[in-house]
Amino acid sequence: MTTGKKNTLGVAMFAALAAALPFLLTNDYYVSTLILAFLNAIIVIGLNLLLGYAGQISLGHGAFYGLAAYTTAILTTTYGWPMEAGLVAGVLLTVVTAYLIGIPTLKLSGHYLAMATLGFGLIVYIVFNESIELTGGPSGFVGVPRLELFGFAFESDLSYYFLVAGVLTLIVLLSLNLIDSRIGRAMRAIHTSEKAAEVSGIDIAAYKRFIFVLSAGYAGVAGVLYAHYLSFVAPSSFGFHFSVTLIVMVVLGGMANVWGAVAGAIFLSVLPEFLRAFEDIETLLYGGILVLGMMYLPDGIAGGITRLFKAAMARRVPHE
Amino acid sequence: MDLASILQYLVSGLTVGSTYGLTALGFTIIFNTTGVINFAQGEFVMLGGMLSVFFMKALGLALVPAIVLAVMVSVAVGAVFERFTIRPVKNASVIQLIIITIGVSILIRGLAMLAWGKDTFALPHFSGMQPIHIGGAAMLPQTIWVLAITLAMLAGLKLFFSSTIYGKGMLACSYDVKAAFLVGIDVRRMVLLSFMISALVGAVGGAILAPLTLTSYDVGILLGLKGFAACITGGLGNPFGAAAGGLILGVLESFGAGFISSAYKDAFTFIILLLLLFVKPSGLFGQASSDRV
Repeated sequence: MTTGKKNTLGVAMFAALAAALPFLLTNDYYVSTLILAFLNAIIVIGLNLLLGYAGQISLGHGAFYGLAAYTTAILTTTYGWPMEAGLVAGVLLTVVTAYLIGIPTLKLSGHYLAMATLGFGLIVYIVFNESIELTGGPSGFVGVPRLELFGFAFESDLSYYFLVAGVLTLIVLLSLNLIDSRIGRAMRAIHTSEKAAEVSGIDIAAYKRFIFVLSAGYAGVAGVLYAHYLSFVAPSSFGFHFSVTLIVMVVLGGMANVWGAVAGAIFLSVLPEFLRAFEDIETLLYGGILVLGMMYLPDGIAGGITRLFKAAMARRVPHE
Repeated sequence: MDLASILQYLVSGLTVGSTYGLTALGFTIIFNTTGVINFAQGEFVMLGGMLSVFFMKALGLALVPAIVLAVMVSVAVGAVFERFTIRPVKNASVIQLIIITIGVSILIRGLAMLAWGKDTFALPHFSGMQPIHIGGAAMLPQTIWVLAITLAMLAGLKLFFSSTIYGKGMLACSYDVKAAFLVGIDVRRMVLLSFMISALVGAVGGAILAPLTLTSYDVGILLGLKGFAACITGGLGNPFGAAAGGLILGVLESFGAGFISSAYKDAFTFIILLLLLFVKPSGLFGQASSDRV
C-alpha cells in the first residue's frame, strides 16, 4: 500500500471513530472533555511538525493559542465584529505574529531558540495579565458569544464536537500530506543536518519559517475555537505551564509522528478527568514523562510500540 | 526623578540583580563543562530558600546551620540529577537535553509543592531589619549581605578555577572535552562537579534572597529565566559576564519598574533578552565568534 492510500485509510478510520464516539459516550461532560482534548490535539500536531520533523523547539506555543483566542474574543465581544471576521482576524494575527517573530528567532538554534520562544511566550502572558482594560486582566475576559457561522448556531456541545472533530480530521490530513511532500522531506533533511540540507540547495530559513508559521496557525485555529466554545478566556490557560504541557504531549505521543501527537494530546487531556487525585501529582507525572520519555523513548510511546512491533515482525519472518 | 529615588532603585536593582547573577553563574558553570543549558537552574535557587525555611521550622535549627544544610542537600540534588538523568543519555541532541532538564525542573517543583504546599515562606533577615540610610535611600542590612556574599562567591570561584586542580580540569573541559579526556582528566567527574557547584551557587543565592523576596515552590521558574537572560546579556560561557549581566538586568528592571510601569517589570527583562538574542547573541562581553551559537 502506498503511503498516500495508508494515510487516507487512517484518516477515514479516525473520522469514523470520532463520529461514533459521542454515541458511545452519552454524558455531556465527556463530550466537553473530548472537545478540549481535540483542540489540544490540533496544537500538538503543529508543534510536532515543528519539534519532531523540523527539529526546532518552541516553548511559546501557548502564547499563539492565547493570542488567537483573545483576538477573536475582544473583537467579537467588545467591538461587535461579526464572528466570521473575528475568527479570521484571530488566526491571521497569530500567523502574522509568528512570521514577524520567526524572522529573527529562527536564526537561533537549540538553547537560544528555546529561550527566545519562551521569552516571547512570557511577554505575551504578561500582556494578557496586565492590559486589564483590554483583556480583563488575571480574572479573565467573559461573555464571548458561542460560535455562530453563516446563520448556524453551535448551541449544543454535540454540534460543537462534530465541528472540532471535523477540523481536527482536516488538520491531520493536511499534515500527513505535508510530511509526504517535498516540504516534509526538506524538513527531515533540516532536522538531520542543517549544513547538509543547505549544501544540497534547501532554503532552510524559508522552510523553518514556513513550518513555524504553520504550527502557530494550527494553534490559532484551536485558539479561536476555544474562545467561542468556553465563552471565557483567562491568561492562566495560555502561560508557560500550558506551553510545557504541549511539549509533554508531543514527547509522550512521539516526536515525528502525527498520529502520536493526536494520541498524546488526547491521552493527557482526558487522563486528569479520570484520576481525581491526579491534580496533586499532575506536575510530578508530567516531569517524569518528560525525563523518562526523553531518556528511554525519544520517539515516544507510538514510536516505542512501532519499534517493538517491527522487532517482533523481524523475528518472525525467518521462520516462515 | 530625584536623586534619592534613583539611588533607591539602584540599590534594589543591584540586590535582585546579584541573585540573577548567581543563577547565571550556575548556568555558565554547567554550560562550560557540558554544553548543556540547565533549565532546572532556578529550582536550585528555590531549593536553597525553601530548604532553609524547612530546616529552621522542622528541625528547629538556627539560621546559619539551616542554610548550610539546605545548601548541602541542594548540592546532593544536583549530583543525583546529573548522575541519573544527564549521564545515562549519550549522544543526546540539544532538544533532548533541553526537554530532560525541563522535566527535572518540573519534577523538583512538583515534589516541593507536594512537600511544602503552595504557600509563600519567609526566612528571617540575617541581621535585623533596621534600615541604613545613605543619601536619602534606605538600605536593609540584608542587601549588604546579599551583595557581600555574591562578591565573596565570585572571588571564591575565581580562585577555584585559577588555582585548584579541579577548577583547572573543568576549564580544560570547557575548551575541548576530547582533548581534556586525552590528557587524563576525568571528564565525567568534572561534569558531576559542575552540576554540584552550580547547585551550590544557586542554593546560596536562594537562601540569601529569601529574607527579602519571600520564597515558594514556584519561584524557580522566573529566577531561572532571568538568570538565563543575564547569561545572554553577559555572553554565554563567560562567568564574570554572567554576574555582570545579572546586575545590569536587575538595575534595568528596577528602573523600568520605577519610572515606566511596575506591572510590566518582568516583561522588560524578556524584551531585553529577545533584543539581545536578535542583535548580538554573543552578549555584551562575549567574543564576536559565533562558535558556540
